[in-house]
Amino acid sequence: MRKSPMKKDKNRNNIMAKDPILAKHNKTEKLIKSKNIKDQLFYLFGFLILVAASFILFALISDLFIRGASRLNFDFLTHFPSRKPEAAGILSAWVGSLAVMLVTSSVSLVLGVMTGIYLEEYAPKNIFTFLIELAIVNMAGIPSITFGLMALGIFVYQFNFGQSILTAGLTLGLLVLPIIIVTTREALKSIPNHLREAAYSLGASKYQIVRDHLLPYSSGGILTGMILALSRAVGETAPLITIGALTFIAFLPTPPIQSTPPFVSFEWLWDGFTVLPIQMFNWVSRPQEEFHINAAATGAILLMLTLILNAGAIWLRYKFRKRYHW
Amino acid sequence: MANGNSSIISGYDEKRLAHVKRRESWVAFILFLASLSTLLTVFSIIVILVTESLPFFKTVSIIDFLTQKEWTPLFDQAQYGILPLISGTLTTTWVAMLIALPSGIIIAAYLSEFIRPSLREIIKPLLEIFAAIPTVVYGYFALLFVTPVLQKFFPELPGFNMFSAGIVMGFMIIPYVSSLVEDAMRSVSKEVREASFALGASKLETTFKVVLPAASSGIIAALILSISRALGETMIVAIAAGMQPQIAFSPFQAAQTLTAFIVQVSLGDAPHGSIGYQSIYVAGLTLFCMTLILNLIGFYFRKQAQSK
Repeated sequence: MRKSPMKKDKNRNNIMAKDPILAKHNKTEKLIKSKNIKDQLFYLFGFLILVAASFILFALISDLFIRGASRLNFDFLTHFPSRKPEAAGILSAWVGSLAVMLVTSSVSLVLGVMTGIYLEEYAPKNIFTFLIELAIVNMAGIPSITFGLMALGIFVYQFNFGQSILTAGLTLGLLVLPIIIVTTREALKSIPNHLREAAYSLGASKYQIVRDHLLPYSSGGILTGMILALSRAVGETAPLITIGALTFIAFLPTPPIQSTPPFVSFEWLWDGFTVLPIQMFNWVSRPQEEFHINAAATGAILLMLTLILNAGAIWLRYKFRKRYHW
Repeated sequence: MANGNSSIISGYDEKRLAHVKRRESWVAFILFLASLSTLLTVFSIIVILVTESLPFFKTVSIIDFLTQKEWTPLFDQAQYGILPLISGTLTTTWVAMLIALPSGIIIAAYLSEFIRPSLREIIKPLLEIFAAIPTVVYGYFALLFVTPVLQKFFPELPGFNMFSAGIVMGFMIIPYVSSLVEDAMRSVSKEVREASFALGASKLETTFKVVLPAASSGIIAALILSISRALGETMIVAIAAGMQPQIAFSPFQAAQTLTAFIVQVSLGDAPHGSIGYQSIYVAGLTLFCMTLILNLIGFYFRKQAQSK
C-alpha cells in the first residue's frame, strides 16, 4: 500500500504487456499510461506546493533578519523603547514577556494538569463531565481576542487587578489551558491500564497511583504540551492589547528579590508591562521606515524564540516516545 | 468498613483506611474544582460579553444595529451599523479560505496517500511551523513584504488592503486545514482504497474520487473550523487591512474587521462604561456568536468523520 506508486504501476504495466489479449487493447494501455503520468504529475505538484511553502517561509524569515540585522545587537536588548528609533531597544518588552510567561505557565500548568488528571482518571460519566469536555473543546475554538475582552471585564474591572502582569498572565494562562489539558490527557491515555491494575493489586490508592506512577510517566508529554503552550502564548498579542497593555514602557517591574526582609517580593505582579509582540506591533504601525527596522529585529527575536520552543517540543516528544516501551 | 464482617481489620488499619479515604475524596474534589476552571472561563466569557453589551442596546436599537451601513461609534455623530465590520471580516476570510482550502486539501491528500510515512514525519513538523509563527509577525509580513510585492503588479493597490492580509492569513491556516483533512482521510478504511485499486483506479483517482468523498464530513469540518479561525484572527488584519470601517466586498480595498475594531479602541482610551467601551463588547459578542455557531457545526461534522 505504501510502496511508491510508480513501482507498483510499472509492475502492472509489465503484466499487461505480457498478456496477449490485453496487449491488443492499445486503448487500455494508453489509459494506464496517462493515469501513471497523472499520478506522477500530482506527486510532483504536491512536492512543488511544499517547496513553494518552504520558500515562502524562508522569504519571511530572511526578510526579517536582513531588514533587522542592523539592530540585532546587545544594545537592542539592554535599552528601553525610545522616540528615537536608533536608540530604542526591547529591554522592557523581553522582561515583560518573561514575567508574563512565568505567571502563564504556573497558572496553566497547575490548572491544566489537574483538569487532565481529573478527566482521564477520576471523572464519572455525568452531565458535569460532559459540560467540562464541551467547554474545553469550545475554548480552543474561541477567538483569542474574546479572552482579552473577558479579562478586561473580569480581571481588570471586577477584581481590580489593573492592567498588570498578573492580569496578562492569567489571561494567557486560560487561553492556553486547552493545549495543556489535551496533551496531559494524551499522555495519561498512553499509559497502559495493566500498570494501574498492578498498582491497585498491591494496595495503592488512586492518589498514590497518580502521584507515584502516572505523573512521572506522563511528565514528558506534559512538558511537551507546556512548551507548545508557551510558544503560543509568547506570540499572542490581541488579548493583551484588549486588556489595555501599554505600548510604551520605560521602566522594569519591581525586582522579585529585595535586599530588605522578607527578601522575596511579588510586587512585580501588579506592575504595568509590555511584551515583545506588542512592542513589535507598536513599531510596525508607525509610518517611519526606521521603526520598521526595529520591528523586524523584534520579529526576528520573537520568531527565533517560537522556533526554538517548537523544536524543543518536537525533540522532547521524540525522546520520550523512545523512553518507555510498554 | 465498620460493619460486623470487618473484625479482621485492626483498629490501626481502620484509622488508616479512614485517613486514606478522606485524602482520596479531598484529592478528587480539588481536581474537580480545578477542572471547573474551564467551564467557568467559557461561562464568564459569555456572561461578560452579554452583560457589557446590554447597555449598548439600550441606546441603539437592534434593527439599526443590523441594518445601518455606517459604523462610527467614536464620532460625535455616532452611527452604529455593524455591517461594515462584518463585510470586512467576511472579505478577509474568503480570501484566506481561497488560499488555505485548496492547498490544505492537496497537501493533506499528498501527505496521507502519496508519501512515505517516514517522510511525512519530517514534513508535518515543518508545516506546523506555519501555525506556530506569531500572528504579529505575519501582520508585519503582510504589510511590509506582501503588499509591496503585490503593488508591483497592481500599482493602484492601497498600502492597507484586505487582499494581502487575507493571503497571509490563508498561509497561516494551511496546516490547520491540512491536518484536519488528513485525519479525516486517514480514518477512511484501507479496504475502500483496495477495492478502488482492484477496479483499476489509479492512485490519483482513488485519492480524489474515492477517499476524499468518503472523508467529506472531515473536509466540511475543516472548512467550517478554519473559517471560524479566520473570522477571529486579529493581528494580521489589524496591521495590514486598515482601520476604516466601510462596506467593502472587493479585497483590493482597505477595511476594518470586527477584531481590528476592538484593537483600535483598546489602543485608544475608552473609559469603563462609555459607549466606546460597550461597542468593543458588542463587536466581540457578534464575533463570538459567529464563531460559536461555526465551531459547533464543525465539531459535529468532525465527530461524524471520526465515527466512520
